[in-house]
Amino acid sequence: MIGFIAKRLLQAVPLLIGVSLIGFGLMHLAPGGPLAIYTLNPTIQVQDIERIKVIFGLDQPLHIQYVKWATGIFSGNWGYTFFGGRPVLDVILERVPATLLLMGSALSVAIVLGLSVGVLGAVKRYSVFDVLATTGALFALSFPTFWFGLMAIFVFAIELRWLPSGGMWELGEEGNLLSLLRHLVLPTMVLALVITATWSRYSRSAFLEVMHQDFMRTARAKGVPPGARLLRHAFPNAAKPLIALLGVELPFLFSGALVAETIFGWPGMGRLFVDALSMKEYPVLMGMMMFTAIFVIIGNLLADIAIALIDPRVRLS
Amino acid sequence: MTAQATLPRHAGAAAAEAPLLSVRDLTLHIPVPPHVLRAVDGVSFDLRRGETLGLVGESGSGKTLTALTLMRLLEPPLDHLPRGQVVLDGQDLMLLTETRMSALRGHAISMVFQEPMTSLNPVMTVGRQIAEPLMRHLGLPTRAAMARAEEMLRLVGIPDPARVLRAYPHLLSGGMRQRAMIAIALACRPLVLVADEPTTALDVTVQAQILELLTELQREMGSAILLITHDLAVIAETAHRVAVMYAGRIVEEAPVAELFADPRHPYARGLLASIPRIERMPPATLPEIPGMVPGPAERPIGCAFMPRCARAISGCAAEPPPLAEVAPGHRVACWNPVHG
Repeated sequence: MIGFIAKRLLQAVPLLIGVSLIGFGLMHLAPGGPLAIYTLNPTIQVQDIERIKVIFGLDQPLHIQYVKWATGIFSGNWGYTFFGGRPVLDVILERVPATLLLMGSALSVAIVLGLSVGVLGAVKRYSVFDVLATTGALFALSFPTFWFGLMAIFVFAIELRWLPSGGMWELGEEGNLLSLLRHLVLPTMVLALVITATWSRYSRSAFLEVMHQDFMRTARAKGVPPGARLLRHAFPNAAKPLIALLGVELPFLFSGALVAETIFGWPGMGRLFVDALSMKEYPVLMGMMMFTAIFVIIGNLLADIAIALIDPRVRLS
Repeated sequence: MTAQATLPRHAGAAAAEAPLLSVRDLTLHIPVPPHVLRAVDGVSFDLRRGETLGLVGESGSGKTLTALTLMRLLEPPLDHLPRGQVVLDGQDLMLLTETRMSALRGHAISMVFQEPMTSLNPVMTVGRQIAEPLMRHLGLPTRAAMARAEEMLRLVGIPDPARVLRAYPHLLSGGMRQRAMIAIALACRPLVLVADEPTTALDVTVQAQILELLTELQREMGSAILLITHDLAVIAETAHRVAVMYAGRIVEEAPVAELFADPRHPYARGLLASIPRIERMPPATLPEIPGMVPGPAERPIGCAFMPRCARAISGCAAEPPPLAEVAPGHRVACWNPVHG
């Protein structure tokens, strides 16, 4: 097990180098460059821009810039923001709690709901419930998140005035748990809607596949009652593809949801990305890319370990 | 191997006893528009304590569906279609609620399936799978159930049962898995064991061991066995009585020795003639039954075997023949049976 984890982490190094190369390359191929914004400012002289270039090291050859940045990534120095000069890692990490809270609650709600809907749909296949759930899932998946977000704000914040329309706290109430929860409801609902739809589809097909296997008939022939058949026999077998799915969704937990966070003014990673993009904050964008890549790798590693714990046929080697 | 080698041991005693399992007019008609597939078409038989009844027939003759129907194991949408009676130890299984039926499955009546490779849960230890019915039906606590499971593994001839108890199915060979399946089925000492092609997926040498094991355990536990197979050699070796199925119906039923010596139904006769025998060496060509089992669309109104039958007479097309006794314990459904 420890050998397996060490091996997978070692394999991750070339992967991360690849990601960093592609990301770095793309950023520098993008038109404009980090200093484009200054050229539009009439009060800035050409020599000022040259000076800024030297300060940020942007005058050096590209490969030197890359090596400096990449060694920084692996040694914990992720560079500094162009505006404000703050450490990139700090800027990213301070957004993690908000995103983790929003995505964590959305994902938990969605998994519980989606799994229940999916399992029920598989057990009562082609029933009215199943047809409604399938239609509902397709509906939720075919409308864009921003539409649901705006509708939720319109109905619950503007018309009914039940919940705040955005932000994380009321002004002056920072740290108030009740205020936080009230602000959390709408974005969680909107995000969970889409994830629930995905999860209900995945869990329905995973359970359908398992429920028609021979060993499920054996369980029935042994007299195992339906609930225990579902929990003890079907669930561990159906869980494998779902855990793999969770492994893929884990980085989502940390990268945040661009649209939902933007609409609801949630100060998480998604908003940071949108802001950094519009301000051409290359160090932040590249930092976030590396951050997400690391969590993709960790998520998949955790999923593989969990699958091996459930299924004795899977050996970690 | 001859039929005489396995004369029914219980024939005399069993005849007097009331049947343990009595199947009457079991029917499974599946609507497959625009036809109705008569998969099981009025099957009746009795099974006595300690007896093995072989149910033999080609694939598609309705053997497995008969078994699944009497176990009430059909899945929706088929589960509401069966008609008839299945009386086990005085109660009609067809009238029970699913909850009551589920309390009998694995307890009073058990089943062993054809595919040992896929019939065990891959993510549960063999021990827990055997312990499960013991805990459910006999209310044993986990520890006691596991101890019984180990005992069962020893009983079905698995070497090193303590290790296999904790093993997962993928570590076992096909023969070992089928032994484990038998251990599961017999754990609660059921009155009736339904074995659906229990040896078909196994190597020939392993087949013989499994059949021997079934016979041995039957002697020990007194369970009745309904042995479903397409293999007449398996019947000759293991069963006391045999029922031949064709197109959803039983066409002939007799003690094994009698059927092998004196088959009356033209189909049963053809089936027996198609077995290669050492004493007939060198073989010319093996006789075969011309034609194919009729599909649901072309099944005749009368005797289903008529289109392939050399002995067909004018009356055969009108009405299916009833299963009538031609000798004590020997019943044939034929308008023009062969006379011994």
